[in-house]
Amino acid sequence: MEKHKAEFSIAATEDITDAVCPLTFVRAKAALEELEAGDVLALRMNDGEPVQNVPRSVKEEGHKILKLTDNADGTYTLFVRKTGE
Amino acid sequence: MSFSKEQLERYSRHIILKEIGVKGQKRLSEAKVLIIGAGGLGAPAALYLAAAGVGRIGIADADRVDLSNLQRQIIHSTNDLGKEKALSAAESMRAINPETRVEAQVCFVSADNIGALVADYDVILDGTDNCPAKFLINDACVLAKKPFSHAGIIRFRGQLMTYVPGQGPCYRCAFREPPPPDAVPTCSQAGVIGAMAGVIGSLQALEAIKYFTGAGTLLTGALLTYDALTQEFRKIRLPRRESCEVCGTHPTITAPFDYAGAVCEIAP
Repeated sequence: MEKHKAEFSIAATEDITDAVCPLTFVRAKAALEELEAGDVLALRMNDGEPVQNVPRSVKEEGHKILKLTDNADGTYTLFVRKTGE
Repeated sequence: MSFSKEQLERYSRHIILKEIGVKGQKRLSEAKVLIIGAGGLGAPAALYLAAAGVGRIGIADADRVDLSNLQRQIIHSTNDLGKEKALSAAESMRAINPETRVEAQVCFVSADNIGALVADYDVILDGTDNCPAKFLINDACVLAKKPFSHAGIIRFRGQLMTYVPGQGPCYRCAFREPPPPDAVPTCSQAGVIGAMAGVIGSLQALEAIKYFTGAGTLLTGALLTYDALTQEFRKIRLPRRESCEVCGTHPTITAPFDYAGAVCEIAP
């Protein structure tokens, strides 16, 4: 985590490990809409379905995927830069 | 204001849509819609708009629920027989979505009260079943600069159009004035397929949702007709009429009025 902080500053974090599809994406989308263009969101999600689908859906919305890191506890953190509309 | 986890879940299928998103859902939560008539058209429109999370919905009707209504007015149930339709409809809407503020207006619209009624809302849906009421709603909305959705259903046919101030014709541009009394039967005299009310009332709800969220294009300058027997939809272009008595260049109608002798029965 320390390393990412050096690469970009995180404006907000959202934990969607308590949600299932499609709420995982809905919560990610809602968290991104709260941010300004250029801000980075750190999104913690479960391995499996969320990690397969959420990054793709976020990308389809036009946002930029910066990095996906394995937290080695069954969860991943996705770093997304919000793009302006 | 941001949505709670519960709200994000309730409206998730809207929020996922690119055309709506969180922003569109917020606009819906701030929207105010008046539905005139808690009958065949008003029933699906009211249920879908409440379910959609529209912030405030007024529903106006002075009738009581009658056994012959239940074939199509799906917002009322057999237990509601004899109850005021506006109150019965409000109960169903609150049951679907307690977040929506529902205002039941137990009254028929007339020239005396329509101005004050429409003033409180952003969009008006015409769910009435008779021509004098349709012209009254048109004139009041044009004069108050309020967008509204006109709709009518009879037998196996339905039609609707949307008026937005400054964007195309009003109902009077297209239809000029009510036909002589009894020239056009109401659906109580002519009959109507219940599901027709579902189709057209749902289309009215869609127009309202699209208006608030900015998704797609509205039925302004067009009349959409539907024939259930042939399953054909037709979109007929409607021009604005410069000489229109209410929205034209030199309007002669400057206040809403009731047509003489009109029985203001709403969606029996």
